[in-house]
Amino acid sequence: METSTILGFTRTQALGFLVMLALLIAAPFFVYPIFVMQVMCFALFAMGANLIMGYTGLLSLGQAAFFGMGAYVAGYTVQSLHFTPGVAVILGGLTGVVLGLVFGWLAIRRQTIYFAMITLALAQIVVFFAVQETGFTGGENGIQNIPRGMLFGFLLLTHDLQIYWFVLAVFLIGFLFVHRVIHSPFGQVVKAIRENESRAISLGYKSEQYKWIIFVLAALISGVAGAMNSLVMGIATLTNVGNETSGLVVLMVLVGGIGTVFGPLIGALIIVAMQYYLASFSDWVTVIQGVIFIACVLLFRRGVVGEVAAMLRTAL
Amino acid sequence: MMILGKPAPLLFGQLLLGIINGSFYAMLSLGLAIIFGLLNVINFAHGALFMVGAFVTWGLLNYLGIGFWPALVVAPIIVGLLGLILERGLIRFTYKLDILYGLLLTFGVAMVLQGVFTNYYGSSGVSYGGPAVLSGIVNLGFMFLPIYRGFVIGAAIVICFAVWFVIEKTSLGALLRAATENPSLVQAFGVNVPRLVTLTFAGGVALAGLAGVLAAPLYSVNPNMGSDLINTVFAVVVIGGMGSIGGAILTGFALGIIQGLTEAFYPPASSVVVFVVMAVVLLARPAGLFGRAA
Repeated sequence: METSTILGFTRTQALGFLVMLALLIAAPFFVYPIFVMQVMCFALFAMGANLIMGYTGLLSLGQAAFFGMGAYVAGYTVQSLHFTPGVAVILGGLTGVVLGLVFGWLAIRRQTIYFAMITLALAQIVVFFAVQETGFTGGENGIQNIPRGMLFGFLLLTHDLQIYWFVLAVFLIGFLFVHRVIHSPFGQVVKAIRENESRAISLGYKSEQYKWIIFVLAALISGVAGAMNSLVMGIATLTNVGNETSGLVVLMVLVGGIGTVFGPLIGALIIVAMQYYLASFSDWVTVIQGVIFIACVLLFRRGVVGEVAAMLRTAL
Repeated sequence: MMILGKPAPLLFGQLLLGIINGSFYAMLSLGLAIIFGLLNVINFAHGALFMVGAFVTWGLLNYLGIGFWPALVVAPIIVGLLGLILERGLIRFTYKLDILYGLLLTFGVAMVLQGVFTNYYGSSGVSYGGPAVLSGIVNLGFMFLPIYRGFVIGAAIVICFAVWFVIEKTSLGALLRAATENPSLVQAFGVNVPRLVTLTFAGGVALAGLAGVLAAPLYSVNPNMGSDLINTVFAVVVIGGMGSIGGAILTGFALGIIQGLTEAFYPPASSVVVFVVMAVVLLARPAGLFGRAA
């Protein structure tokens, strides 16, 4: 089927990637840069969730724990310890890894709905921590006025356009990293486990370890995404770590298309755009999101990208 | 009087709060377990429907002048009817899909319900007085017991026992258990299984509505009251496993009591103790205390 590939991309995917790249380079000159940056942060976050949902078939409802703690750690280290933004983002990712190792170690013991409930419950512990440890998280106020600072001594991140290139670079690294993971021999085994776990086990693969690694990689990406988001927005709050955010990222993956390459970006674009442009409807946004959830499950299980791909009879 | 270095009234007070929380954990996890048994759907809208039950109770009094006692019957019926509509209109379309789609669908339903109530009543919510007969406090000698709280515990025990009795000891319950084990065989015996499924969902959801009625005078009636509670209930479900009705009830009460005692001895840990227990159970007995291996 996939006769000619370019670095693991099919031709359509490579074309899609170039279009995406061109649009993202042009975007800040036409659209509010903060908006596009937030889309990229959430797209990164959604790519992590998609790695779990799309390639292990598990549903995590606790992804905000990694995103939110990544945001807090980046915000705290930059503001109170005066770390540089680059280091803060790396620390945000490491926070995700550490949490992901623990969460995954516990949650991987159960499947399907139990896995979902366990991740939700574990994320609740992180929310309680964030509410209680006000010295670190700022409690209800969150960490505010996080300075963006300088990167590599020459990129002045306080300038919206300069931080934009930084966010774009991290986004692209994340995108290619996820792509590489999926198309590596390791990724092939993960897909084999998703398709037929007993057979993979009988072939000698330790399925739980593979799922655990995927879970940790997703947590890493989520932590980085949270750290980036806190630098872009200048704040890290309880909303970042709360369960609504975990639900939102699942919605992004679902809307974009579970297991697709471009789905998380499209999903993030749609959901973040809704929050920006429907903000005047206040809590009705939650209702609309709930309706989209229901509509996706009942009518468009392939998501936007999945439907387009099915129409074009190719993988996107 | 001191017990284990703590004043007895404090200890009994926290124990009472623990048993009350446990009552709600038990009633909600019971409904979840019944629904899961027959529908194979984990109802993420359960907490939202509990919240709807509390709001219906408040609405009956404020819009129609209907008090607490009639609401104990009317509100669960209204929530049950809502459940009926949800099952027929939405949830039944997920039965043939991967089990996670039912979860995602009810997750969306919860968002819609919560969003609608937040829009109309704000996130701070409303307060509900409760029945006058049950106001007041009795002195038990070792502690003071607000009568309504005693009533909630009594009611929860009666409700849980009644549900257990119906499912384990009546012919309707036998039918239900049979349909859980092998729906197509039960259908072949001439039982209308889809109708049984619909009524089971409505019944399980009505139970959440009933818990909502009992909660209305105790807590502030607000759109988030269900989502705050349901995360703990999910941990309870993971700990107990969803294989047995009795197990769900016991685990619910036990974890409420553990939470109450933690509040008495080490308050900072009380909000997370249920989740810590969950982690320990996962390490020691991954299938849950009363669960069958998945």
